[in-house]
Amino acid sequence: MTAAEPVTEQEGRTIYRRPLLLSNPTSYCPGCGHGIVHRLLAEVLEEMGLGAKTILVGSVGCSVFAYDFLALDSVESPHGRAAAVATGVKRFRPDKVVFTYQGDGDLAAIGTAEIVHAAARGERFTVVFVNNGIYGMTGGQMAPTTLAGQKTTSSPRGRDVATQGYPLPVTEMLSLLPGVHYAARVSVADPGHVGKAKQALRRAFEVQLEDKGFSIVEVLSTCPVGWGLTPTEAMERLRDIVMEAYPVGTFVDRGRGIAPALPQPGAAHRSITEGF
Amino acid sequence: MTVVDRPASARPHSAAASRAHGGDAEDAPQRVLMKGNEAIAEAAVAAGCDAYFGYPITPQAELLEWMARRMPEEGRVFVQAESELAAINMALGASAAGARVLVSSSSPGISLMAEGMSYMAGSRLPVVLVNVMRGGPGLGSIGAAQGDYLQATKGHGHGDYRVPVLGPSSISEAIDLVREAFILAERYRTPVMILADGILGQAMEPVAPTFKTLAKRQPDWILDGADHREPRVLKSLHLRPEDLEAHDIELHEVYQQIAANEIRWAGERLEDADVLLVAYGTAARVARTAVERLRDEGVRAGLFRPITLWPFPAAALREAATGARVVMAVEMSAGQMVEDVRLALEGAAPVFHHGRMGGMVPSPDGVVDTMRRVLASSEEAAR
Ligand SMILES: Cc1ncc(C[n+]2csc(CCOP(=O)(O)OP(=O)(O)O)c2C)c(N)n1
Ligand code: SF4
Ligand SMILES: [Mg+2]
Repeated sequence: MTAAEPVTEQEGRTIYRRPLLLSNPTSYCPGCGHGIVHRLLAEVLEEMGLGAKTILVGSVGCSVFAYDFLALDSVESPHGRAAAVATGVKRFRPDKVVFTYQGDGDLAAIGTAEIVHAAARGERFTVVFVNNGIYGMTGGQMAPTTLAGQKTTSSPRGRDVATQGYPLPVTEMLSLLPGVHYAARVSVADPGHVGKAKQALRRAFEVQLEDKGFSIVEVLSTCPVGWGLTPTEAMERLRDIVMEAYPVGTFVDRGRGIAPALPQPGAAHRSITEGF
Repeated sequence: MTVVDRPASARPHSAAASRAHGGDAEDAPQRVLMKGNEAIAEAAVAAGCDAYFGYPITPQAELLEWMARRMPEEGRVFVQAESELAAINMALGASAAGARVLVSSSSPGISLMAEGMSYMAGSRLPVVLVNVMRGGPGLGSIGAAQGDYLQATKGHGHGDYRVPVLGPSSISEAIDLVREAFILAERYRTPVMILADGILGQAMEPVAPTFKTLAKRQPDWILDGADHREPRVLKSLHLRPEDLEAHDIELHEVYQQIAANEIRWAGERLEDADVLLVAYGTAARVARTAVERLRDEGVRAGLFRPITLWPFPAAALREAATGARVVMAVEMSAGQMVEDVRLALEGAAPVFHHGRMGGMVPSPDGVVDTMRRVLASSEEAAR
């Protein structure tokens, strides 16, 4: 097990220092959650002393330029394939810290097979899954995560579950897999939740360093532009409506004895999990 | 002759002793009997392949099975992916991290890998892909075919890129070309495809086990964490058209270098040939026998065998066809490579085609028959 490097003690108290791993100012819309998640990642990786050994696996969505904002070695993935790309990186360089940064269209629609199987294999990378319930980049179309009744440019009368199906709770689904060692859903709705989001990201990278299995943090985020709201309204909607539909919390942290209450796996299954 | 060890689950090879029919000299390297798929896999292992990703599909599955056993033995990466889509993207990631990577599949799986090939070409990431072609379109058949020639040489993923394609016509040649493919992939930072077919993959041939190693490179573009250096980004996205055009021009300069330096082909009985068969892969072996039969009938036939299918050896073919009465492509397709033959000859000689499809293999007699008819009608026309 590799221990995370300790946080450097600083003299006095710095309150708004720009994390070193944040390079250029982001180009996200005002009130967009992506910028907050970038900052949290930069802080966590810097505090853990991991910047120089981390490889970012990008995805396709509004965050496609994440490599322009985070000063990390980075590789682009085709839309949805980040979990496969990260598998390739991490298998060849298990000594590096590898994470994907994916939107909900990327991870929960076109990339469903890749994320499920990476989790099932217990791949030792971390997934940062930014769920804003919409396809931000392509103009606010319905995503698998879009709430029932929610209006988008491709569900103009509101998502009709009878024909367009129900929101897909990917993180809950992945939590059932023995290869998943850490799974949490967090939110950026207010400073309190942002603090918890940071803790979850830190814990996910710790789990990766422990080399035990797959780790995923779903971050409930905003898309004021796609939602047709002001930044303030978007944050309110996130807190009052989205967080109602998608409860936050730690679903799995096997190292700390948190796992979904499920029937125990059978013998065949156990022999597999012992390998982790 | 010894038999190279196979995965425990596989049935053992029957050890046909070539000495019995007087093949091997005492001091010749001892030859082994190997399936094409296995020989290709072992050649990659010997060439220092760091990572293999694949998905089972006939007639390529033995390649994956061989790697499933050999790669862990060597402490290297093997992942059976959930799809070919995932396999090629795992390859993308491993290649970005500096691995020497092999992926393999057969026709339907190569269609799924097309997406990743386009991204890897755009991101300048080396990888070697093996397509053990089967009959198509669609699920087609599991018989050997060459219906993916156009896909391999002009198609697969979207966008303005090219991929060098090597067409072995024997298992020994496939072994050599695997190593060549890694060299090309790394020299030019590009995907390279080995275009084999179901017969090459499935047949067993005695081969000299000269599996050569290949020195590791130290490229300055791989991702290993931005430690005391500027971060590196491997990507195909260039949003401003000006930038993308500049990037595409760079790519095409690389392709021009490949076309200038890397063309490979072989010729047989070309010196006095005035009737030329053009064929690659398994079809070339049929064509070779047809050449002999035509010679027996007094027809001065020769075989031109492209080895690089892209870049196509157009100039060499034009030269070989100088003064030819008739040129005929022999393919296991409805006529795909024949388009390149026509382009190469620019009307310098009449070009015909003989092909079977769907997993059917042309017979030498079929080729000779078609050639007889072609010669008869051209003599008729000349009268
Ligand atoms: C194969 C393919 N299909 C479609 C697209 C177009 N596309 C780009 S981003 C995107 C959706 C992104 O949504 P999400 O992952 O939720 O990210 P967000 O922009 O919301 O952060 C789509 C469909 C593409 N780039 N590639
Ligand atoms: S469109 Fe939405 S997700 Fe994209 S940058 Fe703007 S607010 Fe963020
Ligand atoms: Mg989204």
